[in-house]
Amino acid sequence: MKAAIVTFPGSNCDRDLRVAFAAAGFEAVPLWHKETSLPPGTDVVGLPGGFSHGDYLRCGAIAARAPVMGAVAAFARSGGHVLGICNGFQVLCEAGLLPGTLMRNAGLRFVCREVGLAVGTSASPFTAGWRQGARLSLPVAHHDGNFAADDDVLERLFAEERVAFTYTDNPNGSARDIAGVLSANRRVLGMMPHPERATDAALCSTAGAPLFAGLAAALAGQPA
Amino acid sequence: MRARVEVMLKAGVLDPQGEAVRHALGGLGFEGVGAVRQGKLIELDLTATDAGDARAEVVKMCEALLVNTVIERYRIEIVED
Repeated sequence: MKAAIVTFPGSNCDRDLRVAFAAAGFEAVPLWHKETSLPPGTDVVGLPGGFSHGDYLRCGAIAARAPVMGAVAAFARSGGHVLGICNGFQVLCEAGLLPGTLMRNAGLRFVCREVGLAVGTSASPFTAGWRQGARLSLPVAHHDGNFAADDDVLERLFAEERVAFTYTDNPNGSARDIAGVLSANRRVLGMMPHPERATDAALCSTAGAPLFAGLAAALAGQPA
Repeated sequence: MRARVEVMLKAGVLDPQGEAVRHALGGLGFEGVGAVRQGKLIELDLTATDAGDARAEVVKMCEALLVNTVIERYRIEIVED
């Protein structure tokens, strides 16, 4: 299984994400944002956290128009798996691959700490490793994680069980406590918390490991 | 020819930065400020010579990159030098 991890100018979690994918058994390869195609045999694309293009204009706005994103969008539209974390989530929203947008935190402060989460659905390749309603704790580190969308979009996300994670104690003002959302085909996930920073016991937590293990199992056609 | 694009949050979208500015103005003793909305102004130098063409092109730029129409609205002003 191959995971292609995009590096934009200003990405800073790209290496962490490669390590997390590799620990779950993936061949994790770097992918520069100026590439116009994905490596042959790519099973999942990772869009990492960071501050692509200095967060200029809007977070993720310029990265969402990078050359590689044409290939990522085509990959997603043809049923490919894409995981966007933090800035990667912002990029996915700006690229139109997920609904809504991430606004400045309601408290205006950069929030960098562990937050409690509840798993909104286990019906996705990314969340199959948890029970619905399971609680976990993951790090967040962002200034713009305040998810916003029209009311009808929010209604639809919940009705279709596309809210992958909610905050148990909302750190940023996010609508309906949303921390992560899935695409309609459930193969694109964007989330503000950092599961890749919680995949190694030496770094004090493996709470994020089920995401990568579950994805590996789903791609291998096995139950998580 | 120049274009000035004013980008503001849509009505109904909470603007925490504007709210913080309003709070700070109150702290400085400025009374009578009901609400503050903060946006951005983008100036573009254009080679187009026709105002209509320029406006049509800037609309495309707004929809493609400059504005996130989920939460923002925009107003274009074409300035002929």
